Amino acid sequence: MTDTTAEVLSNGHAAGHSPPLAAPARPVIQIVPLRGLPFVAVMIAFLAASIGFNWQWGLDFNHVAGGALWTGIDLFVGLVVGPILGRLSIPARAEFSARFMPKMVLLMPTLVAMTLASGFQLALDLGNLKASSPNHSWLIVSFVVVGVMAVIALALLEPANLAVLFEMRKPRPNGEVIAKLMKRFIYTAGITGLMQVATLVIMTRVASQ
Amino acid sequence: MSATSPQSTVHETNGQRFAPVAEIGAAALALIVVGGIYMASYAPRRAPLGPPTGLAAASALLVLANLVMLARTKGLAWDKFFLVGRWTLLSYLVTAGLIESAFVKDHTSGGPLVLITAMLFLFAVIVPLIISFTVARYQSGPAQPEPGA
Repeated sequence: MTDTTAEVLSNGHAAGHSPPLAAPARPVIQIVPLRGLPFVAVMIAFLAASIGFNWQWGLDFNHVAGGALWTGIDLFVGLVVGPILGRLSIPARAEFSARFMPKMVLLMPTLVAMTLASGFQLALDLGNLKASSPNHSWLIVSFVVVGVMAVIALALLEPANLAVLFEMRKPRPNGEVIAKLMKRFIYTAGITGLMQVATLVIMTRVASQ
Repeated sequence: MSATSPQSTVHETNGQRFAPVAEIGAAALALIVVGGIYMASYAPRRAPLGPPTGLAAASALLVLANLVMLARTKGLAWDKFFLVGRWTLLSYLVTAGLIESAFVKDHTSGGPLVLITAMLFLFAVIVPLIISFTVARYQSGPAQPEPGA
């Protein structure tokens, strides 16, 4: 979803020249991938309709599909991609981040909204929030886990994500700033990944009671 | 807070120091989240409003303190702050509106609805504040033209 200056690079290689010693051409970063916005709008409209009409299948779809993708991506990024990224050189991290981060800017908030909004509605509809429900205490624990993840994601992860993208738009990005912000991104993604394991335990427990 | 503030309460970025706006914003957000969890834990019953009101008030005080510190900040990339701020504010106001509509649909009314509205408003202000400040503080320093900006 990012426009790139790959043409510059490919021209150089096609002509049989060795790669230039100067800094290679970098991707031109589009911080919010505008082409993705219609997909986000469709999913949010679907979510709103599912809640508005108490559409059981829609609520289940939003909660299960959104939750599975959110958890899967969080775990994969936090526990697999993050540690690998941490060992890459700064230019390699920048190259990866330039293509990866803009997608996350749209994808993750959409998945989180789908999962949480439909989940709360489902819990209300199914009576799981009632104090008499055996799932009540599990759901409160899941609120706490989600609350911790929300603070980490909104106060640390997302600002770092956007700050990296803005830094990389500069003609001469500061490698130290990117490394510092990426470290924050990697650590916090790891923490939220681990909290997702707790969410998996809680949700499977709730579903089986 | 200015550059003369104690080391422990300021950030150094690109050779400049800034007040801990993001950290205080995170604390304000955490208070709102705790208040929200407290209220949600009572659903569908009506939660006692004292504790979440106190948490929301504390959060509002932190936001005010943050705004005062921000107004005194020198050397911040204000153009980036407002660029990021207005779009994130729009985005989080829409998010807060959606959440609010869900509560209205679920027949929340009276005091709880007022409190939830206040908490959602704080949420919609705090997150853009943290994001735009974080972006702007790392953009502070010698100006550089942006490609394709």
